[in-house]
Amino acid sequence: MDIYLPIANLSVNALVIVLLGGGVGLLSGMFGVGGGFLTTPLLIVYGIPPTVAAASAASQVTGASVSGVFAHIRRGGVDTKMGGVLVAGGLVGSLFGGWLFKLLQASGQIDTVIAIVYVLMLGSIGGLMAKESWTAIHASRTGAPPRPRKRRHHPLVAALPLRTRFYRSGLYISPLAPLLLGFFVGILTILLGIGGGFILVPAMLYLLGMTTQVVVGTSLFQTLFVTAMATMVHATTTKAVDIVLAALLLLGSVAGAQVGARFATKVKPEYLRLALAIIVLLVAFRIGLGLGWRPDEIYSVELS
Amino acid sequence: MKKLLLLLLVPLLMGQAKPATQAKPVLVPDVSQRDIEIAYSFTGAELLLFGAILYPGGRLPDDDKPTDIVVVVKGPVQSILVREKEKVAGIWVNAARLRYRSAPSFYAIASSRPVASLVDERTQAIYELGLNSLQLSPASSAPTEEQDRFARGLVDLKRRSGLYFEAPGAVEITDGVLYRARVTIPARVPVGRFTAETFLIRDGRVLAAATRDIDIRKSGFERFVARSADRWSFTYGLTAVALSILFGWTAGWVARRF
Repeated sequence: MDIYLPIANLSVNALVIVLLGGGVGLLSGMFGVGGGFLTTPLLIVYGIPPTVAAASAASQVTGASVSGVFAHIRRGGVDTKMGGVLVAGGLVGSLFGGWLFKLLQASGQIDTVIAIVYVLMLGSIGGLMAKESWTAIHASRTGAPPRPRKRRHHPLVAALPLRTRFYRSGLYISPLAPLLLGFFVGILTILLGIGGGFILVPAMLYLLGMTTQVVVGTSLFQTLFVTAMATMVHATTTKAVDIVLAALLLLGSVAGAQVGARFATKVKPEYLRLALAIIVLLVAFRIGLGLGWRPDEIYSVELS
Repeated sequence: MKKLLLLLLVPLLMGQAKPATQAKPVLVPDVSQRDIEIAYSFTGAELLLFGAILYPGGRLPDDDKPTDIVVVVKGPVQSILVREKEKVAGIWVNAARLRYRSAPSFYAIASSRPVASLVDERTQAIYELGLNSLQLSPASSAPTEEQDRFARGLVDLKRRSGLYFEAPGAVEITDGVLYRARVTIPARVPVGRFTAETFLIRDGRVLAAATRDIDIRKSGFERFVARSADRWSFTYGLTAVALSILFGWTAGWVARRF
């Protein structure tokens, strides 16, 4: 079933896009990530212009995070004060990211920058996750008691002034730390069309030292607002949000996310983390290869 | 006064005298669709370009020189920037670039025989017949070899995406007077005014030319979306966000019921 995308200016097979959204949604429900890091590259491979892909993938992440946020709020798993600070940083970051996007687009290096950032981010986070989940699996196999991790924030975070209390997170730290973190993730959201959950969650755990119970909910809370902002920034600056493409992706992904969430309760979390780490590393590896290999197209055309 | 009147009459008389001495055929072209509307199911269009050759006096030329027809369909010109990738420090990055002020967004040429065997290179360049004779007007003073390299890259890229193509032998001529050709317009063409030019070629010369316009535009919902995204971008963004929240919320609600 072919359908014409009015902003991307080409026709796609609607079924393929819905299935793509469904596959990503399944993973995002299973692992509790937005899945934007998969959607954008897959759409580009399918032939959607990179800018349209990044701009429309952000709205898919918004849709995928909504139901998660509501579920976590009902369970009390969202630290709204911490979330608010992260969102504030994220909004400023996404505006800055929009400016950066335009600058890189004008210089012609946007694709290379996106690819390099992807490889670095996904490679390091995937590597850390793989190592951590492997140790956890190994520990549960051999029956060795898991070493209790000291829940402490990074010394750099402790050095920042203006400390305040975040009761839900069980923290007494400066709001500047989550503000900067939110700002950084906001830039990534605009540039890569990702929600940033897979960076935010480890950062909240290991840099800020938040209580595990509120980490995922608060991360989703931030993702919801910042991806919505990213859609707005793209709609008003690059004008590359394709609402038809977004609707098709959403259709698949929200359904897939629900199926994935049910599946996730039946599998041990450390196995899930290992599986996610492998997927993340594979994506990073593929994009890394693309940087070094001779590309299919030496020439590219853009309107000026 | 009489002299002046006579002077005014001269061109008229000359015009009348012309057909008798230098008989030129006339083309009467048409296209199957003057307007192409892009709707949700648009996957491209097939244009039928057809017409008749009117010879003066209704007589076909009696010499054995063949008559050929060339049909060129051109999309609106665009100002474009072509970038060339180069391997720098192990990775492929965009390096050199060249700007073109007016490159056709779409170019299709169909002919009854290969164009190169019909006219010489100069005539090809004058009438822009063939992908090697496009007037791309590069906005730079780069050396000729670099310009050629970019032009080849651009034409090759556009050709593989179906936006530029040559179809020698695609024009059929029936009984020397009726001709027709099919040209496929792919889904990824830009909207705007397209032109279909028809050339009649005999003995290495273009004897007659005629042009028809084709308008390609988005219609209905597609037009509304494209226009909203451009004119009311803030509202459009809000709608996209609202749509995603609605989708996500509905899915969560449904999942809790079942």
